[in-house]
Amino acid sequence: MSQPHHDQLPPPSRAERVELVISNLLRWGVFASLLLLVIGSVISFAFSGRYGHAPGDTDALITAAGAFPAHDVGWLIDGLRHGRGQAIIVLGLFLLILTPLLRVVVSIVAFTIERDWAFVGITAIVLVLLTISFLIGGAS
Amino acid sequence: MLHTTPLLFSLAVFAISLVAGVFGSLVGVGGGIIVVPALTLLMGVDIRFAIGASIVAVIATSSGAAASYVRERIANLRVAMFLETSTAVGAIAGALLAHHVPKNALYILFGIVLIYTAWSMSRSRKNVRPARPDPLADRLRLHGSYYDAAEGKTVEYRVSRTKLGLATSLLAGLNSGLLGVGGGAIKVPVMNLFMGMPLKACTATSNFMIGVTAAASATVYLLRGDVLPFVAAPVAAGVLIGATGGAKLLARLKGGVIRTLFVGLLIVTAVQMLWKGFHTP
Repeated sequence: MSQPHHDQLPPPSRAERVELVISNLLRWGVFASLLLLVIGSVISFAFSGRYGHAPGDTDALITAAGAFPAHDVGWLIDGLRHGRGQAIIVLGLFLLILTPLLRVVVSIVAFTIERDWAFVGITAIVLVLLTISFLIGGAS
Repeated sequence: MLHTTPLLFSLAVFAISLVAGVFGSLVGVGGGIIVVPALTLLMGVDIRFAIGASIVAVIATSSGAAASYVRERIANLRVAMFLETSTAVGAIAGALLAHHVPKNALYILFGIVLIYTAWSMSRSRKNVRPARPDPLADRLRLHGSYYDAAEGKTVEYRVSRTKLGLATSLLAGLNSGLLGVGGGAIKVPVMNLFMGMPLKACTATSNFMIGVTAAASATVYLLRGDVLPFVAAPVAAGVLIGATGGAKLLARLKGGVIRTLFVGLLIVTAVQMLWKGFHTP
């Protein structure tokens, strides 16, 4: 399987198409979350009184006492509805964290299409293990 | 410790994260080794929130870099998924055992392992075990090839000793679960020294894997409120951009440069681990 360069490639094999789909998914996930992080930060600096302009304001933002007002889903939805900067940032972070998980899910689908049952199994095991570690982490 | 306005704080953290992203994407680690000390010692961020931001950095490195690595086929997705099974089992076991194990001894043991690994990697031309027939690797079609822009040719390689790779990945996962350190420092040598993969393929594949492993714990950190938007936003944005750039750089750099960077990383991590081992009460 030699692959000299992108423009002189033979038509992509099924496996290569899978990789292309995963790569594009990653690209879009990364781009969308980056966009949300930037927009959220700009809004926070422009309109949020909490971000402030004095050195003392930084302390309030990075110590446990002042920290993050809320982090539940209700706060997020409410914040997004009001276009709050920090809520947009959290949405961007959520999307960023979700991208690798989507990567695993898409791989399962792709391997199924390829009829590569060994790897459907392997990837499904990875997904189950991730779920378990998420549940253990949430419980502790 | 810097005492700055929120805007300067964000810009400084963004710049540091940019560097962490480039570095992490080149050597296959999450960049926590740069982000956590920079945030706590330099910027005065609470350790809890620094760790929350660094787990976001791990994912940002992985996703930023993997987009290129997967497209250019430097990352070996099949090896990644295969090893991920045992890494995840190890990580879960490690997380469950974390409170029942003397950490000092573990830090010191891990530090010693890392020093030995650094020594092996620094002369790894001699230490990479010669490829040998591996029916399991054949059946799972783990062998790979990619186009190396620095050498101007397609590199083909065969993967061997998959069972040894699987077993050591279990230990790597166990170690990250116990001590909360990213597994990249172990994953890369396992793939390079044991399984016979070229170093670039190892760091790219490790990059792909660390994001998957970190995603589960990152969700927990986020829900627990350990991820501050104010701190995490410049970290994530900087690392994403840095890692995307670093990924483009990797294809053009010589393997020897990557090796030197990686050995440097191992030595710094080893010193950190030994220091913790002797100073944790």
